[in-house]
Amino acid sequence: MADDVVFRAEGLTKTYRVGDVDVHALRDVDLDLRRGEFVVILGPSGSGKSTLLNILGGLDVPTRGHVRFLEHDLAADDDAALTAFRRDHVGFVFQFYNLIPSLTARENVALVTEVSPHPMTPEAALALVGLDERMDHFPAQLSGGEQQRVAIARAVAKRPDVLLCDEPTGALDFETGVKVLEVLAHANRELGTTTVVITHNAAIAGMADRVIRMRSGGIVGIERNAQRRPPAELSW
Amino acid sequence: MTALDRKLLRDLWHLRGQAVAIALVVACGVATVVTTRVGYESLRISQQEYYARERFADVFAQLVRAPESLGRALAALPGVAAVQTRIVFEVTLDVPGLAEPATGRLISIPEHRVPILNDVHLRRGRWIEPGRRDEVIASEAFASANGLEVGDRIGGVLNGRWQALRIVGIGLSPEYVYEVQGTNLFPDNRRFGVLWMSREALGPAFQMDGAFNDVSLRLGAGAQESEVIARTDRLLERWGGLGAYGREDQISHRFLSDEIRQNRVFGTVLPAIFLGVAAFLLHIVLSRLVAMQREQIAVLGAFGYSRRRIGLHYLEFALACVAAGSLLGAVLGLWWAAEINRLYGQFYRFPVLAFAPGGGVVAIAVAVSAGAAAAGANSAVRRVLRLPAAEAMRPEAPARFRPGWFERSGAAAALPASARMIWRNLARRPLRAGLSVLGIALAVAILVVGYFFVDAIETLGVVQFRTVQREDVTVAFHDPRPNRARHELASLPGVLRTEPFRVVAARLRHQHAMRRIAIFGLEPGGELRRIVGADLAVFPLPPEGVVLTTKLAEILGVAPGDTLTVEVLEGSRPVRTVRVAGLADELIGLSAYMDAGALHRLMREGDTLSGAFLKVDARATERLHAELKRMPAVAGVTTRQAALQGFEETLAESLGIFTTVLVTFASVIAAAMVYNAARIALSERGRELASLRVLGFTRAEITRLLLGEQALLTAAAIPLGFALGYQICALLANAYQWELFRMPLVVSNRTYGFAFLVVSAAAVVSGAAVRRRLHRLDLIAVLKTRE
Ligand SMILES: Nc1ncnc2c1ncn2[C@@H]1O[C@H](COP(=O)(O)OP(=O)(O)OP(=O)(O)O)[C@@H](O)[C@H]1O
Ligand SMILES: [Mg+2]
Repeated sequence: MADDVVFRAEGLTKTYRVGDVDVHALRDVDLDLRRGEFVVILGPSGSGKSTLLNILGGLDVPTRGHVRFLEHDLAADDDAALTAFRRDHVGFVFQFYNLIPSLTARENVALVTEVSPHPMTPEAALALVGLDERMDHFPAQLSGGEQQRVAIARAVAKRPDVLLCDEPTGALDFETGVKVLEVLAHANRELGTTTVVITHNAAIAGMADRVIRMRSGGIVGIERNAQRRPPAELSW
Repeated sequence: MTALDRKLLRDLWHLRGQAVAIALVVACGVATVVTTRVGYESLRISQQEYYARERFADVFAQLVRAPESLGRALAALPGVAAVQTRIVFEVTLDVPGLAEPATGRLISIPEHRVPILNDVHLRRGRWIEPGRRDEVIASEAFASANGLEVGDRIGGVLNGRWQALRIVGIGLSPEYVYEVQGTNLFPDNRRFGVLWMSREALGPAFQMDGAFNDVSLRLGAGAQESEVIARTDRLLERWGGLGAYGREDQISHRFLSDEIRQNRVFGTVLPAIFLGVAAFLLHIVLSRLVAMQREQIAVLGAFGYSRRRIGLHYLEFALACVAAGSLLGAVLGLWWAAEINRLYGQFYRFPVLAFAPGGGVVAIAVAVSAGAAAAGANSAVRRVLRLPAAEAMRPEAPARFRPGWFERSGAAAALPASARMIWRNLARRPLRAGLSVLGIALAVAILVVGYFFVDAIETLGVVQFRTVQREDVTVAFHDPRPNRARHELASLPGVLRTEPFRVVAARLRHQHAMRRIAIFGLEPGGELRRIVGADLAVFPLPPEGVVLTTKLAEILGVAPGDTLTVEVLEGSRPVRTVRVAGLADELIGLSAYMDAGALHRLMREGDTLSGAFLKVDARATERLHAELKRMPAVAGVTTRQAALQGFEETLAESLGIFTTVLVTFASVIAAAMVYNAARIALSERGRELASLRVLGFTRAEITRLLLGEQALLTAAAIPLGFALGYQICALLANAYQWELFRMPLVVSNRTYGFAFLVVSAAAVVSGAAVRRRLHRLDLIAVLKTRE
């Protein structure tokens, strides 16, 4: 089982200094993530979810503690190594989609496939999220849900080892949210991508293998679902 | 093409207005580099080749008369490689079709063509034939100004005897690339020309058989010019030597070299300004772009694009603008250089005027503009490199508003809400507002500087040809004449007033500084030639001592009250000390003035005159000229009108072209700056304004908000720009002090008005462009995506 672990975090601590006070975004977090796992992180606003995700994805480094990706010590890496790590292994999906407005859906995906070692084609990635009809539309010409699906296509197109999603449905209505989650579940199933999804929405927890609950920068509970439920059966 | 390249193209397209503005400014900068550089190289190469091919001399001297044997003594001086003795006389010419008399400078040449120093390059026709004593080769400038051709005849008064001269050839000489008479600075090719004539003809005509009165020397390798000049002076002393001088004081060479130097000065100063502005604009545009795209940058980083690659992406934006500008600038510059070259061809007579747009020029232009791009992009790209990846994901913290002194004073409450919003927006980002003001002020300043040249030239003309010179006609005699010559002149037809003058060739010395100059002795109370002091006000000539032009005093290192040594180079060649009695603030040339009585006392001579200034009844000018043509004593006649025309055609025209281009370029910068400021404001505030529209603000209201802010910035920038412009003009006036003329620091209201108009027009046009964009503001799109 131990060799199934892709991420291992030990004693992760992140403090921000704002003026004279230290803000503890993460306190002493220990966490393992396994290959092919679908994990949902739940927690109130400000509990440190994004901070944890950013550190796992090599966007940020912890103030203290260790985080390893396979044999790779992310905490010790410099910027160039972190960049290479993100390029080769990580796909991100952000709450506000963060598409490049001056590029079409296809080009937004191509932006990533062009720098990945073994990507799928942008067209295939967009087909995966059901957007093969809208490939040449600019972000401004797409609905919020469609933009989020482009963002997911962009994240999965590189065939990442891990897919990190920060509130991917936060800005979406229920039905669109379900569609987006289905895409994530599909990618996780078909490509075996380890997937972490942050959400405020407890209902989403039902589709996960494991649910991690956070509060005030710490993990307060980890539950394992006996059975993953398909997104279509979720309701909120 | 990669997706990142596509993004680059779309960003460029999206910001095309600003990209074009930057490219245009770069084009102006590169064009000035190319033009001045090509001008510099073309003149330098033409000069070098011409001087070498026709053996332009290194040292020149005039004297009264010396036997030919002295030429051999000169040749034997150490450092002298070759000697050319000549007979040179100025005579009055009667040119067909020209009412007033012209002055011809007759220069002796050997009957049989052999290589000589200052050789004649034959353009058309042939060399003179031995034995034919009426044959002359006319200078091309003179011939073409008067429509003279090979075979034409002109009349000349040679040593008191009228003689017909036949033009057999048209030629040029390196000595007269710029062909002017005596101390005149501006050519009058109709009324002054060089004629080359057989030495065998000139000798007998002027009783100079076996003698010479002009000598040119070529120096050997490693010779010290100043030593050769000193030795030459010593040898010529007893033969009435007027002082030897080097190329630097040879008027044609001097003018040409100043022009070449000027190209270098402008070739550095102007491009520096333009490219500085381009870098400034790039900096603003890119910083703004990076700030707006911080989330995009973060996404690129999240997906594994290295910082370096992203930084390069923004650098490429700068390079694209600059590359387009450079290309346009190079083409524009070459075209402009060709125009300038054509103009040069009118002033500077070369056998062939090289046009030298070498590869070096392109390399320089590319290097310089790449430098501007790098400088402009530097901070934006560095910001990209520093941007922490996780940090960039969160939107910029909302701006903090704090009530400032203005708000606390309560005055703000009196303002309408929209005015208060404008004020707060400016006060919120004082640095950015300051930068916008500075940019527009810079544009105003450049416009002021561009138009300042027009003011300077006009002032130059007014001071020289209205305040200082007021005569209609100046008559110069071959030799000093007794006082009764004055009455002869006064009795000529149409002469209303006669003011005689005395001119004495002398060397002025003060410590180690020395200058050969003609001292003008003027009648006290004269009205036709006046002395202007500081602030260009006329002041009376002091009864004793010498008045020097400011530049001459500077060269000699003297101030009023100091004493100078005056070594007179004619008559009994007295050496005396004279007190500097004052400074004349003339703008053109170097001059020394004395009261005529004082000059006579210095010369220990009676009342003699070298010539006179005449005020003439316009109706009688023709008869007057006809009489003057026939007076043997008259060496030359110049009219103020002709001199003014020469001034206007030379300085005014060449500086005029330059000014037109500069003003055009300055307008480009002004428009670019103002447009850029408005456009930046729009992109910064687009979201906010769209939100206001959503809340129910009308188009007119949000337009007023945005443009009101721009109007306020422009209004603040204009007075600042005036002050800045004046300072730059002062700098330029200070730097632009050639020996031959100075730039007066006069900035007219017209110039300020012009700058004001151009900037206001630019503001209105950019305002209209921004307004159009505001009206088409797609509310949904703005709110849906971040720019
Ligand atoms: N750059 C920063 N400087 C200071 N404090 C920060 C910074 N980034 C995050 N924090 C603080 O760290 C804590 C955790 O932030 P984080 O973004 O991880 O929360 P979150 O769980 O993702 O919340 P949300 O659900 O609202 O997105 C918060 O209190 C936040 O204010
Ligand atoms: Mg968060």
